[in-house]
Amino acid sequence: MVIARRLFAIGSALLLSGLVITPAAQAAGGPESLRISGGPTSALDQSPVELDADLYLPEKIPAPAVVLAHGFGGDKSGSAAQAVKLAQAGFVVLSYSARGFGESTGLISMNSPDFEVADASRLIDFLAQRSEVTQDGANDPRVGFAGGSYGGALALLVAGYDKRVDALASDITWNDLESSLFGQSIQGSTQLGVYKNLWTGFFFSVGLRNTDGKVTRCGRFSPQWCNAYTQSATTAQITEGNRALMRESSPISITDKITAPSLISGGQADSLFPLAQTNANAEQIMAASPQTPVSVLWHGMGHDGGTNERDRLETSIINWFKKYLQEDPESPAVTEPFEVTLTSGEISVQNNQPKPTVIAGANYPGIFGSEQQSVPVLGPPQQILSPAGASPAAISSIPGFGGSLAGNLGSFLSNSFPGQSAFFQSQPLDAATEIIGSSQVEIAFASDGAVNDAVFFLSLQVVGANGRASLPQGLVAPVRFDALGPTPQVVTVDLPAIALTANAGDSLRLVVSTTDLAYRMPLDERLYTVAMTQNAIIVPLVTGLTPVGGEDATFAWLLIIIPVLVIAGVILFVLRPREPKPLHENAYADSMSDPPVVIEDLYKTYKGGYQAVKGVSFEVPRGVVLGLLGPNGAGKTTTMRMMMGLIAPTQGEITLFGHPVFFGSPVLSRVGALVEGAGFLPHLSGRENLEIYWKASGRVGEPYFEEVLEIADLGTAIDRKVKAYSQGMRQRLGIAQAMLGKPDLLVLDEPTNGLDPPQIKSMREVMKSYAETGRTVIVSSHMLSEVEQTCSHVVVMHRGQLIATGKVADLLAGRSGGRLEDVFLDMIGEDLTVGQS
Amino acid sequence: MKTKRALPFRVELIRQIKRKRTLVALILLIALPLIVVTAAKFGPSSDNNNGGGGFGDGDLDLVGLATSGGWNFALTMMFFASGFLLLILVAMFTGDTVASEASWSTLRYLLIAPVPRRRLLSVKLAVALLLSFISIVVLVGFSYLVGLIAFGSGNLSTPTAGVFSNSEALWRMSIISVYIFITLLFAAGIAFLLSVLTDVPLGAVGGAVVIVIVCNILDAIDALGDLRQWLPTDYGSAWIGALNREIDWTGMSRGVAYSVVSFIVFTTIAYWRFDRKDITS
Repeated sequence: MVIARRLFAIGSALLLSGLVITPAAQAAGGPESLRISGGPTSALDQSPVELDADLYLPEKIPAPAVVLAHGFGGDKSGSAAQAVKLAQAGFVVLSYSARGFGESTGLISMNSPDFEVADASRLIDFLAQRSEVTQDGANDPRVGFAGGSYGGALALLVAGYDKRVDALASDITWNDLESSLFGQSIQGSTQLGVYKNLWTGFFFSVGLRNTDGKVTRCGRFSPQWCNAYTQSATTAQITEGNRALMRESSPISITDKITAPSLISGGQADSLFPLAQTNANAEQIMAASPQTPVSVLWHGMGHDGGTNERDRLETSIINWFKKYLQEDPESPAVTEPFEVTLTSGEISVQNNQPKPTVIAGANYPGIFGSEQQSVPVLGPPQQILSPAGASPAAISSIPGFGGSLAGNLGSFLSNSFPGQSAFFQSQPLDAATEIIGSSQVEIAFASDGAVNDAVFFLSLQVVGANGRASLPQGLVAPVRFDALGPTPQVVTVDLPAIALTANAGDSLRLVVSTTDLAYRMPLDERLYTVAMTQNAIIVPLVTGLTPVGGEDATFAWLLIIIPVLVIAGVILFVLRPREPKPLHENAYADSMSDPPVVIEDLYKTYKGGYQAVKGVSFEVPRGVVLGLLGPNGAGKTTTMRMMMGLIAPTQGEITLFGHPVFFGSPVLSRVGALVEGAGFLPHLSGRENLEIYWKASGRVGEPYFEEVLEIADLGTAIDRKVKAYSQGMRQRLGIAQAMLGKPDLLVLDEPTNGLDPPQIKSMREVMKSYAETGRTVIVSSHMLSEVEQTCSHVVVMHRGQLIATGKVADLLAGRSGGRLEDVFLDMIGEDLTVGQS
Repeated sequence: MKTKRALPFRVELIRQIKRKRTLVALILLIALPLIVVTAAKFGPSSDNNNGGGGFGDGDLDLVGLATSGGWNFALTMMFFASGFLLLILVAMFTGDTVASEASWSTLRYLLIAPVPRRRLLSVKLAVALLLSFISIVVLVGFSYLVGLIAFGSGNLSTPTAGVFSNSEALWRMSIISVYIFITLLFAAGIAFLLSVLTDVPLGAVGGAVVIVIVCNILDAIDALGDLRQWLPTDYGSAWIGALNREIDWTGMSRGVAYSVVSFIVFTTIAYWRFDRKDITS
């Protein structure tokens, strides 16, 4: 995740500065590739530059046009995706490469009014001649300008210089190049700021890329700008000539002329063009022309990466142009006058990452909030060291990496290096506080010896209740004095504009440091003293903000449950197997008239097609021991399973005591059974098993524990765990369990399995005496002699069919040998070996 | 012969509680916080105050907060256990309940008693779910006590919402516990269905765990994009919404809907099947 975030930070930073070459997204039919004549090549060469452009057409023409300007280092292909979206939204889109970039000719003049802005006016001329574009008048097409960074400044400048621009959207750009590249956070100061070493060098290097790959001193920069850079980078100072040059290319010089509806967006993760620049653009337009619609959007992105809100921003831009360029009857909701993203106020439930929440208000509060709160901070005056060689230096943000990298270098960040930072911390906050904008502090700076060029870096950290400090967006406020001596200079410093929620229990901490890797610092060693003069941080608050959007799928999802419940109810209660309901509560009371078992025309075919029972009918009279006789596979056990409601007959019916048998039939409470071997909870003793089985059975009445335990004849083993029992012991316990409560019908499947001869003999007596009480016993066996000795009645089965039924004595009548075995063999013929086990 | 309700809840509870696996589950639940607290107390120390913030690397750092008190320790234990230990325990309680009766041959004697089939499933499911919920309560409660002794009675610290008072922490932890229990219903439903379909307890438990783990793996594949919202595990950590200042119910309500729906579907199939099943084991 860390890696993904970092890649994203790099990716978005490159994208914003336009370095990533994306394959041109193809609209329907694809864009028309054009060469358009721009402004003059240079002051000396009036021949026009050739601008490489793509024209995207919407489905319906004529339509208003939008010109897309790319970021520094990029070209028209970087705008392709956005162009397609705008074309789909119904705009003619002209996306072009600025002079000095991509296939366009000419040299970079940093949005100079004479060159890049003139180019933009030529593009408007071009659009005025296209029939696909809605025209407001002669040589006046309906057109909007949009761009980020380098392109964002161009959008502002061209809107100021060319009245034909009808709307603009400007993202993460500068208001004043000088204060952007020479950061100065002292309020009202005219002193030059701290040179942004890394960012400026990074940007200049991007413009050095020659089309032919040759390395030259100035690359594609115009000589004027190449010299201005060289001079600034060498001295970290500005000449008057360069100052004028930079001002010409800065929107600050022209914002008072802008009357086109302006969507001004800036990024919180931007150490190059911080929100203060965005704020200045917006406030200057609003001040000069109060009736001009201006919306300000502080999103979570920026040159440092940040939180990806690309889609939201592009939607905002499309809606802005829809409202102010298209005569759209259903006016889309445009960005509120102020919209701000709290990038990490909440945790996303989707990916456990801090989740951006967007809040908006009907008034733009400015960068110092609609009101301020004074948060007291404590800390004595502190001495801090500016180390010789300006190293080691703290790292707050790095071009293209930003705060996300700095976050991983935690130790470089918040505590800085020993002696380099002064700390002033507040008490824990009583309540959660939304800080939106730039906090202000009043600080006295002094130096032990008189020095020139004193630089400081101030940051506002949020310290959690657990002591962890975080530096919002990795932003620091640079401060520079031309000269500083032992006499303290008291100044008010604007801390970086942020948007976050400090929780109750968090503390605010002001950190004043002497180093930051991104800036030019003096190389000699200095000792400074910093003190807070007001002992308070003035925190900006914004009232009247409400959350924007936010999904509420809660009920939709909960609604899914209802149909599922209905379907489940149908399956369970409508399609349930048919079970005859008991007539009344006493329906299962002993009715003497009905025989214990009546089986009529019983069939069972198992799933595989095996027919285990084929048309068996018999009746068991009361008070007898009946033998169910047959070789293995005769269908005895299957019949018994059906009698017990364990398996369903394929056809036919069984009634017990006159009541039909089905799964869980209540009449089964009058039956005790041992079917296919005993089954017990292995972790309980024999006695516990019987007790818990009785409780689980739901039967009432006397269980006759002692009597059945006597029959089981387990001695002391009854209190041992069942898993230690032999097969014979389990079998005896199983018979005992079947006899619990002395049921009216006892069904025993091969009860003598595993018993020794004396036990078999005593079991015979048990069964006989059980039947003598008027109860009925059914014993299945394949041992003919066994049945002969125990049973008064017999049912003989073979291959699923009934062969004979009746009293044992009747079957034997008229037989010379008088043995059941002979009778049996006579009946089934030759294909059987009787008595196999 | 008159009858009471067959297989009373209390009797089934006793039948399950006396099993050794219940004891093993309890030991595991108690051992986990003890192991973690030992590691945190005596293991290689990690400096928590080196700055960088609660989520300096962009990740939610719940684990880093574990040592700030009983509540946080309990929360971290839930975080650790919900993905696997609790999953296995819930799958065990629900998956093995019918299948083990079949494997011991006791199932047919219960049905002969007769315990009506739906009654049998309902009581067994209720007991299994109760034991699952008790497992969560034991884990949270015991972890809280361990954390309280080891790290003191600090408030509940959260990565982004600051600290919660004791009463608020109790409320939030209750929500989280109940939500985690509900998300585990997906696994419980599958395990219970498998338990009815098979006579092999290990098959039912293992099958459910394997299915959930496969879902977890699929959920980790970014390329699947929005398809992943149909995976149960996509909602496994939505309880994180209860750690925001204002509880974020969007993820949790989806998770509840998903889990409850899948649970109803699986248990309906289980009942439907068991209503008609020939018990031959």
